[in-house]
Amino acid sequence: MNREDFEMLNNSNVIYFDNGATTLKPKCVVKEVVDYYTKYTANAHRGDYTISQIVDEKYEKVRDKIKDFIGATRRDEIIYTKGTTESINTIVFGFMKNYLKPNDEVLITKSEHASNILPWIELSKRLGVIVKYIPLNNEHELTVDNLLRSITSKTKVISLAHITNAVGDIRPIEEIGKICKDKNILFVVDAAQSIGHLPIDVQKNNISFLAFSAHKMLGPTGIGVLYGKYDLLNKLVPNEYGGGMNSYFESSGELEYKPLPERLEAGTQNIAGVLGMGAAIDYLSNIGLENIHKYELELKEYAVKELLKIPNIKIYNQNSKSGIVIFNIDKIFSQDTAVFLNHFNICVRAGNHCAKIVKDEINVSNTCRASFYLYNTKEEIDQLINALKQQDKIFEIIL
Amino acid sequence: MDEKLKRDIILENYQNPVNKGLTNSSGYVKINTRNSSCVDNIDVMAKLENGVFIDIRFDGEACAISTSATSIMIKTLIGKTVDEVKNIVDNYEKMINGEKYDADVLGQLVVYNTVAKQPSRKKCAFLPFEAIRQIIKDIG
Repeated sequence: MNREDFEMLNNSNVIYFDNGATTLKPKCVVKEVVDYYTKYTANAHRGDYTISQIVDEKYEKVRDKIKDFIGATRRDEIIYTKGTTESINTIVFGFMKNYLKPNDEVLITKSEHASNILPWIELSKRLGVIVKYIPLNNEHELTVDNLLRSITSKTKVISLAHITNAVGDIRPIEEIGKICKDKNILFVVDAAQSIGHLPIDVQKNNISFLAFSAHKMLGPTGIGVLYGKYDLLNKLVPNEYGGGMNSYFESSGELEYKPLPERLEAGTQNIAGVLGMGAAIDYLSNIGLENIHKYELELKEYAVKELLKIPNIKIYNQNSKSGIVIFNIDKIFSQDTAVFLNHFNICVRAGNHCAKIVKDEINVSNTCRASFYLYNTKEEIDQLINALKQQDKIFEIIL
Repeated sequence: MDEKLKRDIILENYQNPVNKGLTNSSGYVKINTRNSSCVDNIDVMAKLENGVFIDIRFDGEACAISTSATSIMIKTLIGKTVDEVKNIVDNYEKMINGEKYDADVLGQLVVYNTVAKQPSRKKCAFLPFEAIRQIIKDIG
């Protein structure tokens, strides 16, 4: 749908199936970024001249859009970061480091992205908190039963991807949120793969902290969001100190920092990125996330149906309900398959998708991933199928 | 060398690589090397006697280019002295990077002489050589 809005699709014959890595940008997002650089380049929060006031207003308006987009209570619960990774690291080292005690337990899974595993492992090394992996089921998915069985009296945090990038399963976050509320556990959600694909409501799902990046939802790179419930976020200790986050300071050392959100946004922020992210949110909201999700699932189910007809193709996540298909050609290394598909102008990802320990679960360390988005079509999937049908020519083509 | 012959050599070494599988015998130096693109992952182990590589073995998961390059590298380097190996590794690196190199010392490894045209495959082709370089460094 809406292919005409994407210059990349008009300018090349590329078939882009790597939306789990990053997404293409619609014209309105590009225009918003270019407008900032060509019509009103100025810093935010310096409102004594007109163009700065324009920027200021737009910049803060995006915060309101995000608040509504994720169902937050207050606009100052929205902090701009450079992306999911910075958001999760800020949660872990700005909040959890002070909140958790040695031997407290943090529950994650082996199918998380590196950015939702390594900060916790690092914290466990420094602080002595225990990181435990909730077992996955036979389809490599998280179940509520397994989650409940993993919770102990020491469980203080559950940190999960809403949709995993290596398996593509959607976690039942509403149910998990309820469990966390009942048991007084903090719930951290990595929404990198779900934002822009599925609606999310931080209040309804009792999410304590949420992290996502704009570039995976049609927005610019280098900008993302950290959401935190106000009372928690207000206790988060800034990692950066400087301009924009202080109310005043004296040579005596007397000082005061600003309230949220400014306290956690020291220095000039990625203004162009924020404005582009705002345009992406408008664009997605107009189409409707439910419609996007429905369409992606249709593409995924079509791809699975067609892939199953080809000999020697193994699919690892046949039943997951997002637009991600994980597959291999039998006895062919995933990178060779990706290089082969590149000869047909088809972009897929090969490797372990930054989820390096998911191999313990799916017993294969490298796979190909085709991840679909709203602008992909069944005709493009037909071309993938057609290419894979020529698998006997793979070495002739890649070597 | 004709393209079809090059492809056949690469494919033969990918499908039937030599010395695949590690050994527990003593006297080996072992190195793990991973492609920074986070895909290929191989272990290389080598045994030297009197400054000569008398055995090299490997194991792991890697693409056609990495695996075949490891196999051809092993065949080329066994029996060579440390200095000869250093010279081969240096010239191979030059070839991979599209620089001037001495083809005479490389033997069958010249099948990768067009890899320079595919930047994403350079690391794959050089992966086992990185391990050999590290082994030489480790043994001092």
